[in-house]
Amino acid sequence: MTTITEIEQSLIDDFAVLENWEERYDYLIELGQNLPPMDPELKIDDNKVHGCQSSVWFAIRCEDEKISFQADSDSLIIKGIVAILQKLLNGQPAKAVENADLTIFNTLGLWKHLSSQRSNGVTAMLSHLKAAAILCQAGAAKLSSVDAVAGA
Amino acid sequence: MSRSVLSARADFPILNETVNDHPLVYLDNAATTQKPEVVLQAMDDYYRHYNANIHRGNHALAARATQAHEEARAKVARFLNAEDPKQIIFTRGTTESINLVAYSFGDTFIHTGDEVITTQLEHHSNYVPWELLCQRKQAKFQVIPFDENGELNLEVFKSLLNERTRIVAVNQVSNSLGTVNPVEEIIRIAHAAGVPVLVDGAQGVQHLERDVQKMDCDFYAFSSHKMYGPMGIGVLYGKEKWLEAMPPFLSGGEMIDTVTSSSVTFNVLPFKFEAGTPYVPGQIGLGVAIDYLETFDLHELQTYEDGLLQYGLEQLADIPGIVIYGNPKLRSCIIPFNLEGVSAYDVGILLDTQGVAVRTGQHCTQPIMDALNIPGTVRASLALYNNKEDVDALIKGVHRVLKILKR
Repeated sequence: MTTITEIEQSLIDDFAVLENWEERYDYLIELGQNLPPMDPELKIDDNKVHGCQSSVWFAIRCEDEKISFQADSDSLIIKGIVAILQKLLNGQPAKAVENADLTIFNTLGLWKHLSSQRSNGVTAMLSHLKAAAILCQAGAAKLSSVDAVAGA
Repeated sequence: MSRSVLSARADFPILNETVNDHPLVYLDNAATTQKPEVVLQAMDDYYRHYNANIHRGNHALAARATQAHEEARAKVARFLNAEDPKQIIFTRGTTESINLVAYSFGDTFIHTGDEVITTQLEHHSNYVPWELLCQRKQAKFQVIPFDENGELNLEVFKSLLNERTRIVAVNQVSNSLGTVNPVEEIIRIAHAAGVPVLVDGAQGVQHLERDVQKMDCDFYAFSSHKMYGPMGIGVLYGKEKWLEAMPPFLSGGEMIDTVTSSSVTFNVLPFKFEAGTPYVPGQIGLGVAIDYLETFDLHELQTYEDGLLQYGLEQLADIPGIVIYGNPKLRSCIIPFNLEGVSAYDVGILLDTQGVAVRTGQHCTQPIMDALNIPGTVRASLALYNNKEDVDALIKGVHRVLKILKR
């Protein structure tokens, strides 16, 4: 299977050919619009990520020590971010998710400041995925609510 | 002779900044306003030429700093038309001013079974301190609702007032909807029932009349940073009878008279409420911001800002799928809106890429968002340096957002 780093590089290349912010947001929003819908029964308060300016639902599963997740948001930009995270991390070994050192969100040319990453939930979503990856390796099948780790 | 408001823009150096390769269009003034050159200069001068701790040293710098500190207080007193400068307490901002009253007045005058009235239009800073006070005291927390226009229902207010009501807290202008509340009428009704009123002037002091004697409020709170002054400094005005009857909020240096291991007596007003070294350069900056604001005629300022607000409301109303919240008879400088099917967050991000600064989210007013059943709004808010070009940039920006989001 393709490694996280390889997927990340190909996504960075996809964005690099886009000439201005408008095209990059266009593409991000298109990714968001193509995000597979989240199971309605997972869109519950327990799965809401705190620390984001808009509503984000996030549910992670662990199977055979691999991480998979579904997410939804009322923000198309955040759905685009979720789509990128899915491409990068969905189905990856928990160990690889735990150790992932993503630079893509710094290089897309969409957010100049770290505080933007906090407000768009990248920080919260990533820290939650990493915490889930650690639990997953410890043998937890169903991962707990997002609240404990999402306050980043 | 007052200056024309149209000349104000040149006084604010930050408005020449470029954001995301666009000239900055700053429409987040309800969060904080920018600072004119004279305020920046005054604070710089303080640290360069006469920084010293006040009321303590007997050297030249201490004397000069002390004098500037007390002159700033006198300026605030004159600005609010307070009876006496000793009724002006310096705080860190509106939030601390309200907390001071909630703790100090609350601990003295509010007991089990008493009632406190606030409104559904409040910022959390004029809501949560009262809610927590009521929890501490097992008092009843009462909230005046707003109607479909975003205006307070005064009939409900009258019905909530009773012999157990101890204080009413209301803002002059809603930070979320821009509603100008009828504070004078609320105060008249409350006083007829013998109940004091605290007015949160955070969104009113820089745009509206702020004559505390005419208003007849018992307390008035505001922040310097929303009225062209520095961050970190604010004011609580109080009627003398209340301030005299209230115990200190914070304790330490400056606020004491005598201290022994068995007893403490307190300093006189206003020092009783000003423990510790105050933020002197902030007070000086606030004083200069007041001078600055007073170079404009208040009536002319209001006419200008109202005209710009109406222009913005009319231009936005033409955008397909827009919802503008509230329709109060009097609205001040705040335009809250959403685009149908679009998250406020996306609008804020995509406006920022075009150099337009607005605020998105709940604006520290969850009770309002809950009542409107929305997660948040986009809020454009005006100040005296904004002009039609800024509003046009917002409109153009919103059209572009819709295009990007394919709406």
